[in-house]
Amino acid sequence: MANSKLKRRLNKNSFHQLTSDPALFIGVILILASLVLFIVYPLYAAAKLSLSSDGVFSLSQYQYIFTHSYYRKSIMNSVMLGVIVATLATFVGFIFAYAIAKGKIRGSGFFQSMAILPIISPPFMFALSVILLFGRNGLITAKLLHLDTSGVYGLKGLVIVQVITMYPIAYMTLVGILQGIDPDLETCAMNLGAKRFKTFFTVTLPLALPGIFASWLLVFVGSLTDFGNPIIIGGEFDVLSVRAYLEFTGMGNLPRGAALAMLLLVPTVGVFFIQKYIIKNKAYVTITGKSSRRGSTSVTKGAKNGLFIFTLLVSLFVLLFYVTIISGSFIKLWSVDWSLTFKHFVYAFDVGLTTLKNTLVLAIVSTPITAVLGMVIAFIVVRKSFAGKQVLDFLSMLSYAIPGTAVGIGYILAFNKAPFKLSGTAFILVAVYVFRNVPIGVQGGIAALKQISGDIEESSTNLGASTAYTFRKITLPLVRPAFFAGATFAFVRSMTAISAIIFLVSARWNHLTVLILAQTEIMRLGAASVLSFALIVVIMVFTFIIMKLTGLKQSQIFGTTN
Amino acid sequence: MEQNNNENYLVLKDITKVFSDGRGNDVTAVDNISLTIKKGDFVTLLGPSGCGKTTTLRMVAGFELQTAGDIALADKLINNVAPFDRNMPMVFQSYALFPHLTIFENIAYGLKIRKLSKEVIMNDVAMVSQMVNLVGLENRYPGELSGGQQQRVALARALVLKPEIILFDEPLSNLDAKLRIQTRTEIKRVQQMMGITALYVTHDQSEALSMSDQIVIMNRGEIAQVGSPEEIYNNPNSSFVADFIGNANFIDANVSEIGSDSLTVTVQGKSISVGKTTEEFSEGEEVSLAIKPEAVDISLEPTGFLGKLDVSSFLGSITEYKIEFENSFIIAIHSNTAGHTMKHFKMGEEVHVDFNKDFFHIYKK
Repeated sequence: MANSKLKRRLNKNSFHQLTSDPALFIGVILILASLVLFIVYPLYAAAKLSLSSDGVFSLSQYQYIFTHSYYRKSIMNSVMLGVIVATLATFVGFIFAYAIAKGKIRGSGFFQSMAILPIISPPFMFALSVILLFGRNGLITAKLLHLDTSGVYGLKGLVIVQVITMYPIAYMTLVGILQGIDPDLETCAMNLGAKRFKTFFTVTLPLALPGIFASWLLVFVGSLTDFGNPIIIGGEFDVLSVRAYLEFTGMGNLPRGAALAMLLLVPTVGVFFIQKYIIKNKAYVTITGKSSRRGSTSVTKGAKNGLFIFTLLVSLFVLLFYVTIISGSFIKLWSVDWSLTFKHFVYAFDVGLTTLKNTLVLAIVSTPITAVLGMVIAFIVVRKSFAGKQVLDFLSMLSYAIPGTAVGIGYILAFNKAPFKLSGTAFILVAVYVFRNVPIGVQGGIAALKQISGDIEESSTNLGASTAYTFRKITLPLVRPAFFAGATFAFVRSMTAISAIIFLVSARWNHLTVLILAQTEIMRLGAASVLSFALIVVIMVFTFIIMKLTGLKQSQIFGTTN
Repeated sequence: MEQNNNENYLVLKDITKVFSDGRGNDVTAVDNISLTIKKGDFVTLLGPSGCGKTTTLRMVAGFELQTAGDIALADKLINNVAPFDRNMPMVFQSYALFPHLTIFENIAYGLKIRKLSKEVIMNDVAMVSQMVNLVGLENRYPGELSGGQQQRVALARALVLKPEIILFDEPLSNLDAKLRIQTRTEIKRVQQMMGITALYVTHDQSEALSMSDQIVIMNRGEIAQVGSPEEIYNNPNSSFVADFIGNANFIDANVSEIGSDSLTVTVQGKSISVGKTTEEFSEGEEVSLAIKPEAVDISLEPTGFLGKLDVSSFLGSITEYKIEFENSFIIAIHSNTAGHTMKHFKMGEEVHVDFNKDFFHIYKK
């Protein structure tokens, strides 16, 4: 009895914190409402459509999908591609991370940039390059090797481009973990008689295993939900995300398109839960303490050379793609007429300048909103306790787990009629950017806030500062690097978005990536190259400006070193 | 009324704090404690880690809301006063200095929130900097200061608000031994000079003994004893307090006779007379005798009880002897004052142990 009375008091207490601070209370309510409206509701709309037939509940769409080999095949293809890409990209990412964190190879700074460069590239830039290099009229296949092949379309080409696109995800997951492994542990293993090779397999690798597993899952999901690469280079190799899009917009079969998108949700949400509730508790290393010594002796000279050559080759391969895109922008007709020209620029700016401007405007509008919202949520989640906090935490991270295809379909279904008639507006695009990218800000904010001791904020409160004042004067300045990192990511992802927004663009508010896709489809590869090139330049200029304005380093923004 | 206000300045009444992890595992950190603090007193909450002392302090500061009970300051309930409105600056164990602000800005932080004029802020910060010896460091950042200096900034940041009451959460535990002793006299001096009431959490008994007007000994969420340093040191009311505050030796004994104002107990077949306590004992009952190391004497003369020297440690001003006694160990401390030569015993040697009987305390086993 007394116990249950105490419990009631406890609940009252946690609620009390919410009501005694009206700003917090109103903030939490507003954030929860917007998360429900822009994350849960669209998902619900898509799920509902996929689960009904003639207005009643029915599994017929799913039944149809699983009983027709045509759809089963695209499911199998997606999974197979995901497994291959996840394995290869994690391998490449691990080598990069190991070479930089443990091997301390020459040119670490350069390789660090190379390991994150693909992240700031348009979604199918690599696919475009691969076509230019290895396609039917590819420089290497057709010109140098005189092959008449379309073999690059399909699984092979997809694996190449997705590995290149996604090994940075693995790298970024693993580099922190490898850096967090105290070199003293490896030194100690050697001191106990383990050779370097043995040390690697008995100490370093087991300690990195949770990170490797996490990175594999992240890349797997990334591959599964990728839309830009498969639609360009997938060819006959049908994958779920593309099938859902074609079904929904091409054939107008809305329920089936929604059902296919829902299928994508199963593995992504699964991985989300594994990440959030299993790996987090399994990780051996916390990256809080500083390693006692930086100089690691665990890598031999020979191994260092091997790591150097591998990372160099991958880096050159990546750079080759960039060179290709840039050259493609200036060459009259790829593989036919190699003379230099500016006509692609003229044409591209003719068809694309307005779109580029609009894309940029929407990205610039949504970036600060995303960054601030992410930081506010992170602050509330880390520093405040009240009933319903878990819900806020969960919802704010959830959109990370929803594939863009499902988001796009959900938004169309949810916001095409009153009271939320938003389709065709700029607002719907801003909403997509904000709510798709907010988890990155939340995650970065949480990591940064957890490193600031709670004492510091409490001390401010204790000296008389309100929650809002403490946030402005103490917390915000201290989480500045994380804040701008979140903002930069939000900007980059808004500029390179495709899978969700392809459902939502309109003639008035088009997106540059959608335009590039259209140009590629009509084989205007020169124009597509110019527009990709322009996108990269815009992103780099923006990143550069942020770095100059804030005095932050590239590694601080992309969070690859501690 | 005024008198009452001063005597019952800060009152904690029936305070309980239960932490719940949300999965039904409740931990009672503070269990129904009551405490009254006089205005201007230096009160220490002393106890081992996990005894609830910091939780109590944080409830006074408003960082934790008590599960049950009331806290009143100057006759006003402050249960529902937000932490930022309590005006009880706290000195944190980690100092919690704002790393992105200079020393001046750190100290001025609370004044700026109170929207004081620039001149007042400059003036007050300068005065406090003078008081805690920080002059010349105002434009540095916390990271550029030594631990002792950081500690003084934390103190200055609290003092500059001219508070009625100031809270300390183990403020000296990150300093080295010498600095710790120096700083505790410093804190005490400032506290008395400004007439501030202080609530001070520590697990260091010498800190508590040297600084406090009142010591509150806590154990497992409850208050074990409240009293002045002398009272607590000389008359611990339980074996826990005796052990915690004086590192007492405990000797097993049997009650052999109950007199009108004393008890006779037997150790090694010899009788010892002990003053009565409020506790009731029966004849034949097994009890613990507590005695402080400095009340134990050892010699080679066959005068007292029998023991065996295990190890002796020369510690400068004192020598500490560890003696095997009745299947257990006891500690004796001898002062090495000038002219008083240190006694030399061999390890493993049979020695005779004598107790200053006035210092025995008797507790139930």
